[in-house]
Parts: sequence; structure tokens; C-alpha cells
Amino acid sequence: MGTAYTPGLKVSASTEVVKTRRLPLKGTVLVSEGERVHPDTVIARTELPGAMQTIKLAEQLGIDAADVPAALKVSTGDRVEKGALIAQTRGLFGFFKSEFKAPITGTIEMFSEATGHLGIRLPATPVEKDAYIDGIVKEVIPDEGVVVQCRGALVQGIFGVGGERQGRIAILAKTPADVLDDRDITDNHSGAILIGGAGLTPAAMRKAAACGVAGLVVGGIVDRHLIDYLREILGDPKYDIGVAITGHEPIAFTIVVTEGFGQIAMANRTFQLLCSLDGRSASINGATQIRAGVIRPEVIAPSDPSDLSIDGPVSSSELDLGTPIRVIREPYFGALGVVTDLPSELQIVESETHVRVLHARLDDGRSVTVPRANVEIIETR
Amino acid sequence: MPDVRSILATDCGSTTTKAILIELQGDQYRLVVRGEAPTTVEAPFDDVTVGVLNAVREVEELSGKRFISEDGRVVAHTGGADLYLSTSSAGGGLQMTVAGVVKAMSAESAQRAALGAGAIIMDVIAVDDGRKDFQKVERIRQLRPDMLLMSGGTDGGTINHLVELAEMLVAADPKPRLGIGLAIPVIYAGNKDAFEAVEALLKERVSLRKVDNLRPTLERENLLPAREAIHDLFLEHVMQQAPGYSKLSTWVSAGIMSTPNAVGKIMQTIAAQRDITVLGVDIGGATTDVFSVFKNESGDSVYNRTVSANLGMSYSICNVLTEAGIDNIKRWLPFEISDEELRNQLRNKMVRPTTIPQQLSDLLIEQAVAREALRLAFDHHKSLARGLTGIQQQRTIGDAMTQEASGKTLVDMMALDMIVGSGGVLSHSPRRGQAALMMMDAYQPEGATLLTVDSIFMMPQLGILSTVHPEAATQVFERDCLVYLGTCVAPVGSAKQGEPCITVTIGDRSETVAFGTIKVVPLGYVKDGSSNEPERVEAALQPARGFDVGAGRGRSRTITATGGEVGLIIDARGRPLTLPTEDVSRRAKIRSWLDAMGLPTTD
Repeated sequence: MGTAYTPGLKVSASTEVVKTRRLPLKGTVLVSEGERVHPDTVIARTELPGAMQTIKLAEQLGIDAADVPAALKVSTGDRVEKGALIAQTRGLFGFFKSEFKAPITGTIEMFSEATGHLGIRLPATPVEKDAYIDGIVKEVIPDEGVVVQCRGALVQGIFGVGGERQGRIAILAKTPADVLDDRDITDNHSGAILIGGAGLTPAAMRKAAACGVAGLVVGGIVDRHLIDYLREILGDPKYDIGVAITGHEPIAFTIVVTEGFGQIAMANRTFQLLCSLDGRSASINGATQIRAGVIRPEVIAPSDPSDLSIDGPVSSSELDLGTPIRVIREPYFGALGVVTDLPSELQIVESETHVRVLHARLDDGRSVTVPRANVEIIETR
Repeated sequence: MPDVRSILATDCGSTTTKAILIELQGDQYRLVVRGEAPTTVEAPFDDVTVGVLNAVREVEELSGKRFISEDGRVVAHTGGADLYLSTSSAGGGLQMTVAGVVKAMSAESAQRAALGAGAIIMDVIAVDDGRKDFQKVERIRQLRPDMLLMSGGTDGGTINHLVELAEMLVAADPKPRLGIGLAIPVIYAGNKDAFEAVEALLKERVSLRKVDNLRPTLERENLLPAREAIHDLFLEHVMQQAPGYSKLSTWVSAGIMSTPNAVGKIMQTIAAQRDITVLGVDIGGATTDVFSVFKNESGDSVYNRTVSANLGMSYSICNVLTEAGIDNIKRWLPFEISDEELRNQLRNKMVRPTTIPQQLSDLLIEQAVAREALRLAFDHHKSLARGLTGIQQQRTIGDAMTQEASGKTLVDMMALDMIVGSGGVLSHSPRRGQAALMMMDAYQPEGATLLTVDSIFMMPQLGILSTVHPEAATQVFERDCLVYLGTCVAPVGSAKQGEPCITVTIGDRSETVAFGTIKVVPLGYVKDGSSNEPERVEAALQPARGFDVGAGRGRSRTITATGGEVGLIIDARGRPLTLPTEDVSRRAKIRSWLDAMGLPTTD
């Protein structure tokens, strides 16, 4: 594929971060272009229409649908309070009247003469969107939201759970190969984004929740541990992550996994960068969606938000000789290296698959051949 | 279309955009080259045409011809392609919610109409689906489909239930997936007499379109008008809102077609042209589509398509694990692996979906998952491809009142003539025998069934081409697309391991195959060196007592066996296929079957 790229995960000390913040429905944008925003700044607001409750009035009053209009005391568009009279039959000679009172407060949305059903819509629920990161409003999307921009450190993970949160970065692991245990986490870590190494134990996850930790960043996670923990806290013994769409799990903290499933040492470069951010305020999001144009989980630590200058060359998104890579599949899973050759002819690998390959020199000195599809470019900007 | 000499066609898949170039060579249309590039429908590109241009650029490089105009568009033009066509399933494909009055009747018909039009069904809402009204309203609110299909009531029948469904939509106030602020398209295909009341409730809130009732009477199903409306709305609404599609739709020579709809067209064409029954599958990264054309009791061919939206080989691989269970995946492996290692490995494939198995053990794991994905998707298909399907099918009131008659699946493996496998794991398996064995294990064909695969997954492009230039589509399909693997002969029945199961006689050569084993008899292609024509021979099948190859237990049958890349495969493992329960003997058995097919194992 002459024009193919091998997208990698971005791990950068200083890059431009652009976040589109959109309402789920049209609404009002509350900030303007060029405005400085903080993670908790509400940038747009809308109202989510309330649910409509359908009332089977004809049944309730014991009359035919055709007779309901004569009994109605309200009209479409009227606002009614809970307990207000909304329908009353004439009865017989003024006696035996049936009546029906509003079971909820809301607005009369519709009445069907065919069925005798009345719909009362509950009041709308306000929905707000915050800025998520410290930055500047780069663009306003009328009625929908904004694009926020900042400059800072960005670490993209491969997989995550849990939504958007903020906290100060605290380094717990001494080496990228350390596995976090519950003893590593204390009450002092409340609200913090903790940096681990190769993984974390189930007890560490429980302790993180008890201590009010905002986020955990680790190299790997054992699938069984994660699923068992999610089942435990959701109270659903059948819960599983079938397709990789995450970020909405109602858990107490956000997890970002940088390398993959299993206990895998965090790439040294990622670990060193995170260590250099110790004590910095950061935004974290575990939302993951694996498809073309993926959403990857991330940790963003903005620098001075007024500084939007970008320096350094843009790293190529195409493989070339000398390109730093990470192997992302067995038998060299997790190994780092540089490209030493890009033969154009298809080659046969052990599985007998005919593939485009590359030759690489790994950091441990080995020279290996791997399918091009099995490497990620380590992006530096 | 005598003037068409060059055809360019693209398929924008959820991961990859594939372009093929077809040219008239002498009096035959042939595939010339193909190119591919990552699909760019989502961020950071948000424009499907970027991926299309990249894929077409590769075709340009390989063919040495120009298809991209000076202003950077792919259009049919003099000196370039005479036709440019495209299909698409990118950006999640066509996502629909269907609603009906009775779950097993109008809602099921609505489901078949939507599936046949190439949609993924997000939910089926019915008045009698067992959920409370508020639960259904909440569900409709949560979903953001591309469109809704509403059905129910025979013409002249119930009005109130349709109005109730409409009230539910009013209560839920559904929003479309694409196009913030736009009204959601709703197709009304229910009782024509109820439309006025439904329209009064919905016309201010949704974009309502009425078509003929898809169940005008109890004993008649009329799916075509609803399917056509879905296709039109797909072009008018979904394709106009999806990133870059309004641009792409000005480039193409005919309307963009949803990928499964296009594949369905080619499946129906195969079945009609050869007058056979067909089972087709397209196993992708996110979804698995199953297509079939079987005969109903009246002898009419009935087309069905189902999609298992969360069964796939990359994006959805862990959902296969969830639905099948880890033991069902492990049972196909000839080596030992711990649950934890297997789970982590599949999760890593999920998060890095474009990686390729470098090691044989990795490949065998993916093929084990594929067997389960194929099996589960087929089970789903069998449950929906049942009585009262197809267009304008007639049946009696008596049949309609008998649930059992209407619920009987049309899928009859003994009557199945051909299986067509498609999708990366089947089309690109390193050895064709691996694709054959995956399909044999997952589908368990009975009697005599021809196994084939799509060479490079170009059925979507040929499907849309068949609507514009059927002759070119047929020629390329026969010569460049369809890869014959060979006929699979599989007796139904069971015996002790090693006992004679079947004797196959071809000419003066007889082969007796023992129960529990597989035997491949060499049978390839006609050796005139020029064509894709498989060898065909008369083969007499004599099953042992208690076994059936289509003529009854122990009764012989003569078939025309077709050769191919693998040969004539005699699968004497019995039906239903059972595996040893003990791990060591099961692994030995799996190894012996791989050996019999000439396939590598990890030993």
C-alpha cells in the first residue's frame, strides 16, 4: 500500500492538543473564540427534552376514546402540576363523575382521538458540556459547541475504561516493570492520577476506589482482573466488554492502559515522560473506540495555555528507514526498535501469510522481521 | 452497454477502502488490478473521499492509468474509467430500528425488510415484546439510528396499535445518528388505513414516508417497497450526512449502495443464474453477514440476509469470546493454551485490529474464533430465515395460523448446493484448505456441497456492478472472483470411530472412508491452462448403513463432484459433528483433521 500509514499512539512532551466539545443536541454556546477556559468551564448548555408519559385516559375514565375530548379540562401545550384535574366525565345527572388528576408535573404534549391517550412530557433536563482541558477556544461551532486548543504533554493509551476526569499526576512505580498493589495507594492519593508500571492487582483497583483516586495509568492489565472488577462494582456477573467501546463505565476512577492486555512493562519513553510530569495537573479520559479513526484513551497535561506555538519537526506518519517503532503482536510484542529495511516484495512469515514486512533492529540488539501491520510508529509530536 | 471498456469500483469498508479496476480484454471483462487504503470516514480526516483517492491512486500506480481528474476527483471520463461505482459500509453502515405490532409477525417482517436492504438492526420494538411502554420509550430515546421502519396491522385491520406505536415515538422523540438538529426519517409500512392518524401525530416531528404495507394480509409479505424506501433514504439522508459522502455521491455513475445490499445482489444472481441454493457469508472485523437463497415449500427461491452486528474478527473479536465462551473457541485448537493467555491475546487483537498473525499458533487461534463467529452468525440466520419470507409470497390462512409452519427455518443443509465464503479470514487464509475446514466445521454441510471463497473480497463491487452492467459482473465473478475449493461430501449419521462410513467411486477408483476421519481426493481445474474452470466428475456415493448423503439412510447417490484448490473432500466425521470431550484426545483429533486436509499444525 503505497499510501498506507501505520498510525501509532502519540507520546509527546509538547504537542498541540485540539478537543472538539459538542452538545448531544443543539443548544447555546456560552464562550467565545479566543476565550481562556478551564477543565470545569461550562462551554455550552442545552436542555434534553423530558420523557413523555402516556396516560390511557379512556381506560382510566372508563369511557370510549371518542368521548374523551368532552371530558378534557386541558389542552395541548398546557403546563399541569401534579395532582391537577385534567379530565372529568359528566356522569349521570351530575352524579357518578369520574375524574383523572395529573400524576406528574409537565406539559400536555399530545392527545390522540383514536386511542384516547394523553401524553404529558416531563420538564427538560439541563445538559452542560465542560471544556475538559485547560486551553483557549479555537473555534465556536454555532449552537453545538467549541474546539478547545492547548499545548502540553500528551500520552495516548491503547485501551481504557472510565470517563473524563482531572487530577494531579503522582508517580507510584519506581520502574516501568512494577506492578501496583493496594499497599502502594493511600488516602493521600485522593483526586490524583497515579502512574504505575506493568500493571495493577485487583486489590489495587479496590483500594484506588476507596481512596478516591481519579485515574490510573499502567502498561498492561490482565483481562480477567479488569472484567471481574467491573462485574463486582456493577453488580452484574455477566458484564463483559464485547466490543471496544468504552468510557461510560460508572466506575470511581479512570484507567488508561498504554501497552495492552497482560502484565506488560510500560514503554520506557512513556514512563519517563509521565515521571517528568509528576505533580502537574492533567486531564484523563479512558474512552476507547477501536475502528478506522479510533478514539484512544489519553492523559493530557497542558502547559501554559497562552503558548500555542509549535516547535520541532512533524514526525512522519509513514514508515521509513530509521523510524522508531513498537512491535504490537507476538512473537516480539512490546519490543521497541528502529526500521532497518523495508523490502517491497511480499514475504512469507511463519503462519504462511504473504505480507509486506520490515526488518528492524530491536533495542535489545536483535534483528527481526515483522509484518508491517504489526508495528506502530512511535509518534513524537 | 457496448461502450464500457473500463470500470472502476470502490468499497468503503469500516476499516479499509478497496478499489478494483475491471477492463474489457477481447470479449471478456476481467479484473486488472486492485488497490486499498485505510478508510477515512472518521477523525482525523472525516472525509471518506480521502481514503477513496488513496485506494484509487494505488490502482493508478499499478495500472499506469489516470482515474483522478485534474481537480482531484474520481469520475468517469474519457481516457479514464467509463464507469465509476461505489459501495459503503463505513461509519457503522446503515443502522436502523424497526417497530411492529406483533413481534413474530409484522415486527419480524420489518426486520427482514431492513436486513434485506443492508441494515444493521439496533432493536426490534413491538407492542407485545414483553417490555413495559416506558422501557421501550427509554430504549428508543437511547438509540440514535439512521432511520426507523414502522409496520403493523393488515390493511383494513388494527389502527389503535399503530397509533400507540406512533405515540411511543412521540414520547421518545428519537434523533438521527448523523446530522444534529435534523428530523429522523421514519418509513411507515403498516396498515394503510392507520396512516392518517399516525401522520397526524408524527408529521411535525419526524421525516415521514409512507410505502405499501409490508404485511398487507396475514398470508402475504411484501418487502420490496419498504426495502426500496430504505435504499432511497440511505442515499438521501445517511449518505448526505456521513463525512464526505455528499462529495462522493457526485463522483459516482450510479447511486452508492450499502455493502451488504450489494453482496446480497450478487448472491441472488449466483442462485438465479445457476438455479441452485446458496449460503454466503461475509465475515468482517466488526460484523458477520449471512446470506442465503433456499427454496420454500412451493419451490420458490427465497432470499434472506441477516447481520450479526457484533460478531467479527477484530473490532468484535471479544464479543465472539463472550457469546461463544472460551471453551468453544479452545475446542478447535490442536495445542494447549491457558484461558488467561487466550483472553489477553484476543483482547490485544481487539485493541490492535489491523495486526496479522505472524506465528502459526496465532493464526490457528484466529481461525478457531472464526469458526465460532461463523457458527453463531449462522444460528442467528437460521432463526430469522424462516417461513413467510420473500416478496409477494403466498400462503394459506391455515398456514398463517400455525406458528410452527411459519416458524420453520428455510435453511436445509442437505438441500444446500453451494457455500460462498468471504471476508479476510476466509479470503486471505494462507492455505485454501484452511478456509474449507473453517466452513465445514462452522456450517457442517450435509450430503454434497460445493465450497467456494471470494478471491480478494470484491463481491460488493460486483454486486453494484450487476445492477448497472450484469454481463461484466458475471464475467468477472466467474473468472476472477470465485475460487473453487471443491465439493464436500458429508454423510449424516454416527458410528464408532474407525468403522466404514462411506465409499466414493470415481470411474474405476473407489475410496472407503472411516467414520471420524477426513479424506481429500485430488480434483483440481481443467488443464487447458486458460480458465478458472474446475474439473467435474461423476462420483457414486455409497453411504454405510445408518448414514445419509441425501438419498436416505444407506442409499446410494450419484453426484457431479466439482474440483478446485482443495479437491473432493470426503468429510466422514458424521453429522452432527461431535468432538472428543477429553482435551488430549480432542487435540489429537483436531491435528488428524488438519493433517488430512494437508494443513500445518504447531507440532
